[in-house]
Amino acid sequence: MRKLYSGNEAVARGAFEAGVEIAAAYPGTPSTEIMENIAHYKEIYAEWSVNEKVAFEVAFGGAVGGKRALAAMKHVGVNVAADALMTAAYTGINAGFVLVSADDPGMFSSQNEQDNRFFAKMAQIPMLEPSNSQEAKDFTILAFEISEKYDTPVLLRMTTRVCHGKSIVECRDRIPGPACRYQKNPQKYVMIPANARKRHVVVEERRKRLSEFAENFSGNITEYNDTSIGIITSGVSYQYAREVFPGSSFLKLGVSYPLPMNKIKTFAEKVKKLYVFEELEPFLEERLSAAGINLTGKNVLPVLGEFSPELLREKLQGQVTENSECDVKLPARPPVMCAGCPHRAVFHVLRKLRAVVSGDIGCYTLSTLPPLNTMDTVLCMGASMGIAQGLVRVLDERNRDRVVSVLGDSTFIHSGIPGLVNAVYNRANITVIILDNRITAMTGHQDNPGTGRTLKGEKVPDFDFAGMARAAGVEFVQTVDPVDINETENIISQALKHQGPSVVIAKRPCVLVDRNQFPGQMKIDWDTCKVCKICLRIGCPAISINDSKITIDQTMCFGCGLCQQICPHGSIIPLKSMKTGSENDK
Amino acid sequence: MINKEKADILIVGVGGQGILLASEIISSVCLEAGYDVKQSEVHGMAQRGGSVSSHVRYGDVVYSPTIERGRADILLSFELLEALRWIEFLKPEGTAIVNNMKITPMPVADGSERYPDNIRQKLEKRCKELVLVDGNSIAVKAGHIKTVNIALLGVFSKYLPFDTNMWKKSIVERVPVKTKEINLIAFDSGRNAN
Repeated sequence: MRKLYSGNEAVARGAFEAGVEIAAAYPGTPSTEIMENIAHYKEIYAEWSVNEKVAFEVAFGGAVGGKRALAAMKHVGVNVAADALMTAAYTGINAGFVLVSADDPGMFSSQNEQDNRFFAKMAQIPMLEPSNSQEAKDFTILAFEISEKYDTPVLLRMTTRVCHGKSIVECRDRIPGPACRYQKNPQKYVMIPANARKRHVVVEERRKRLSEFAENFSGNITEYNDTSIGIITSGVSYQYAREVFPGSSFLKLGVSYPLPMNKIKTFAEKVKKLYVFEELEPFLEERLSAAGINLTGKNVLPVLGEFSPELLREKLQGQVTENSECDVKLPARPPVMCAGCPHRAVFHVLRKLRAVVSGDIGCYTLSTLPPLNTMDTVLCMGASMGIAQGLVRVLDERNRDRVVSVLGDSTFIHSGIPGLVNAVYNRANITVIILDNRITAMTGHQDNPGTGRTLKGEKVPDFDFAGMARAAGVEFVQTVDPVDINETENIISQALKHQGPSVVIAKRPCVLVDRNQFPGQMKIDWDTCKVCKICLRIGCPAISINDSKITIDQTMCFGCGLCQQICPHGSIIPLKSMKTGSENDK
Repeated sequence: MINKEKADILIVGVGGQGILLASEIISSVCLEAGYDVKQSEVHGMAQRGGSVSSHVRYGDVVYSPTIERGRADILLSFELLEALRWIEFLKPEGTAIVNNMKITPMPVADGSERYPDNIRQKLEKRCKELVLVDGNSIAVKAGHIKTVNIALLGVFSKYLPFDTNMWKKSIVERVPVKTKEINLIAFDSGRNAN
């Protein structure tokens, strides 16, 4: 059966065919669709865990318990799971265990473009890098075999173009994983120093055996054509290289840690000029250069951003695609918070109160863009909490009473909770605003403990944010409907005045999940509109100015009424008194 | 009509216009016709009104998942400004099929920048064939503005050597059951337009 699958769908298919029985993830672009697709297979227990560390541990527990297991996350998620990963490399596994890391060269939807190949080296575990969907599926299955043969977690490293690029995959049937009986084995799985020292010896011995494995691995493919140029590459860079250098010789690395150094040396000797193509850091290049191999790589190719065939043509063949002369600079089209987004009102209020905003990761990060311009810092998941507590300790009097930490419902559960407990324990005078839109929105609307539904659709009790805050010892805990601006401003002002940590929960569903939550759309009353442009300052994509006239686009307006509340002239009124929507549409 | 046994197709527009569904239908038809196919796009920000692009390449063997500037055979744009933004990906002898509508980006909405004028003339200067389509009216006539992606697909389908029934089969498999009829009407109207 031939299917057109994205790399993520192919990993899910690979997990199914490999007989995986347990899988866990926290959503994060570009990895999210792996677990969404695994969840469709009824044979596999799959869950959204609350963060990547827990996801890793759940899957690892399943592997130790004797069933093939997979954890998936975006590259920065591996940072969160790294504590578990580094020691899981010591214990090894029972049934096969695969960690999928989805890296994001070019930062399409990430805060950095770290190169997670270094995790394989640091943990001393094998790493496979597929270059298309068929390989994503095949390598997933091979990764389980390698994991069991060498008693090690295996890292499957994907990148955005492999995750989201679709290509043809040949599907097969599911084969149950090997029977691995669970046996208590504290010397292997209880990492007290006495046991860990012995396991480190095992890791070293395993590394040597893995080097031999890499020399013979079927996924490292040498192809000799014209030998005047030889190219060593892996992942999607291989596809770009084949496009630009169709007649050259290739050593395509399927396993890029550990490296098949003998195979590489042989290849390097047979070709006249050696290129190494790898996105991001010189991971392969450093090892090859250390072995005395002469090559062209990062001396001409960038460490920044993603590659493309065009880039290779330009840097290696001197072919420059000319920019077609543009007579005008085109307006950018940045992503924006949606019309009707319940987060918008909170940021309008925070701007008005001149708050110092320690921000976090989610749709609401977009409030950093014009015209809202609210965020002071955004670092990583959950960081709004700790950073706010550092800021209040050092800022001057003018600013330290208005430090606010803003984060979403899922981000709060992911890694905000320890920060809140820390604020109570250390009496940090911060205000925490939890934007509870009842969903993990940014990654495409995944369930989380706050939604009361699991990945498999099971109903569970809703997470109680206010109860959590009170249990942590927060005295000021208030829930507010952010669509009521006056009340939101009132409650946030009170929270800022409160001495000690305070929590405000701005609760209102994401408008894309519940599109009919508002009474009706808005329009401009042009007879009274003074074109003061105050409504433009909230950054609603439905409101625009055309030929000195403000208009509300009826195909976009959900009727949240935020603009109506801030218009000083009463010129924004409900549309419903009118018969049709066309009158306001220019 | 493209006679070649391969083509590079770039589909662009604004997040929320149904671009990813349109490119999925194109890819599936190429697959059904027996070709190697690659489709590449970036998720994550698509729903937030940002600029969206999807690359579809078919042929006997396809390597790179993305199309290079100046090498696309067809540019299918769901919006005027986005057509201008991506026109440099089209080869000089290529065809641009462009939905004749404007969606105001935030820097224009808040008055800090201007939406460019005379986009039609600018596009005409840069491609051999420009097909301007009033996709929104076709969609509204078919039954719903949301079928605009399928209406444009109807126009586009005339430029690839694949049978109408293959397109229709793929559409029916991918749109919500309730909207099957109006999507097929939108496709036919697009295919028979001009």
